Amino acid sequence: MSLLTDSTPAGSASLPAGVPTPARRRMSQARLRSLATPYLFIAPGVILFAVAILYPIAQAVQISLFDWKIIASATSDFLGIANYVRAFQDDQFWLSLANSGIYMLFTVPPQIILGLVIASLLKRKSPAQPVFRVLFYLPVVTSWVVVSLLFKYLFADAGLLNFTLGDILHLTNGDTSWLANRWTALIAICALGIWKGIGWSMMIFLAALQGVPQALEEAATMDGANRWQRFRAVTVPAIWPALLFVTVMLVIGGFNVFTSVLLMTNGGPGGQTEVVLTYMYQQAFTFLDFGYGSALAVILAVIVFVLSVVQLRVFRDRSGQDLA
Amino acid sequence: MSRIQPSTVLRYAALTVGAAIMITPFLYMVSTSFKPQAFVLSNPPQFIPNPATLDNYVQALTTQNFGLYFLNSLIVAAVSTALSVLFSSMMAYAFARFAFPGKEIIFRVLLIGLVVPAMMLIIPQFILAKQLHLLDSLAGLVVFYVAGSLALNTFLMRGFFESIPAELDQAMQVDGANAWTRYWRLAVPLAKPAIATVTIFTFLACWDEFAWSLTIINDPLKRTLPVAIQLFQGQHSTQWGLVFAASLIAVIPVIIVFLVFQRYFVQGLTSGAVKG
Repeated sequence: MSLLTDSTPAGSASLPAGVPTPARRRMSQARLRSLATPYLFIAPGVILFAVAILYPIAQAVQISLFDWKIIASATSDFLGIANYVRAFQDDQFWLSLANSGIYMLFTVPPQIILGLVIASLLKRKSPAQPVFRVLFYLPVVTSWVVVSLLFKYLFADAGLLNFTLGDILHLTNGDTSWLANRWTALIAICALGIWKGIGWSMMIFLAALQGVPQALEEAATMDGANRWQRFRAVTVPAIWPALLFVTVMLVIGGFNVFTSVLLMTNGGPGGQTEVVLTYMYQQAFTFLDFGYGSALAVILAVIVFVLSVVQLRVFRDRSGQDLA
Repeated sequence: MSRIQPSTVLRYAALTVGAAIMITPFLYMVSTSFKPQAFVLSNPPQFIPNPATLDNYVQALTTQNFGLYFLNSLIVAAVSTALSVLFSSMMAYAFARFAFPGKEIIFRVLLIGLVVPAMMLIIPQFILAKQLHLLDSLAGLVVFYVAGSLALNTFLMRGFFESIPAELDQAMQVDGANAWTRYWRLAVPLAKPAIATVTIFTFLACWDEFAWSLTIINDPLKRTLPVAIQLFQGQHSTQWGLVFAASLIAVIPVIIVFLVFQRYFVQGLTSGAVKG
């Protein structure tokens, strides 16, 4: 390999052995430099991360305790936990939290189940496999803005979905005003979430399924295990880490729903489809109530964090049992 | 001749139905982008536009600075990606190859970046950007896009660097190569697949990013594509043909990148998850 034979000029960090004694000071300098090396490598990233991510995390909590004024000259009044108290008494906040929760509950299981089913169907290598993989993954790489507008168009009063349901399948009258009513609008928003996300979970499950030991599967078949038993006893334990990863990420993603709601309904009609992040965004950037907006963001972050920890616990306990 | 099993037929039937459902919205979007405004919501809906027109594409490309928005998106995504990949590969190399005081704790703190969703920081980041005079500038987009992608990229690349045998590093060190040389001439070339992966993911994330761009950019000349497309929708009673012509112009590069670099997508997705 040319990489290795291509010897580069000696760096200051490595002096040849048997250095004469006068060089001891240079030696310690060199050692200092080699001590500093790792820090120099991480410095640009860590500094940027500290300034643009860590500091804002701390500031989010701080801002939430104030009636924060964005104008430099105005003073911000300290409110203590008043913004949090206000959130707990705010019906609109509870409605938006419920909508976020509903979105999470109705998009995560379908993405996991359908993703796993499609991955199982696609598991066997064949010429058609890459084609299907691309088709299912296409929505994942398409921007949220584009697919949100696309679904708004499909769910329009005179849109393709109403035509399909009414004139082709005769399931409805074909005159549903999907986006004008809380529940039907949530259906539209959830449908988009599932449609866009299936490819992602499929891809991860597909890779995980390749790692299921073939021998174990054959042994189970020889022992007379049927398809479902094999799935439960061999496949599930083998893909457990992937299952955990997908679930945790999807739950976080579910509470993070924003763009699709903003573009499809903008929280309407009358705030009925507001989710936590659109409500937070409105408080902060429409009403300039940064303190209250921050409080909402902090509450959501805490909920997401607690849910993630709970899932990790549950999954770890369960995996111990299944493998035992 | 091998007999085709009924289960195989069933499998492909199910997959075909599923794929058809996934792909129909896209096809319909393409179809609508060729329709005159009068036909975008006609009953029955047209799958093959008749009359078909290129007006939407002409209008999207010639009016409202669309070329400029495309360029803005391209510049922001390219610069952000380059910086992010450089910084995070340096961090990943340090975490994979050196033992130093504070390593564990710094790495753990970095992992916070994986679990805190970007939207939850948008208020304090907006205030920070205002203090740093980064509002209404492409630089403001770049700084926060890079920062936001560091954690995941570092995490992914550290795993890859660790899988490169340390003996290679040691051999180079014996030859007198300093740390930077070992990183730049050995680790980075060997980690090409991982770097390709994070490059693609970061680029697409920046190309598609919407909320931050919507929030800090006011000047119409500094808009990025997602914001511009979203505004196409609002300006008149929605001109769906125009919206989707503009959307497709933005989406097609993404799809090409995806098709060409497919295998890196798979690698990137799985290196984070399955080994976990």
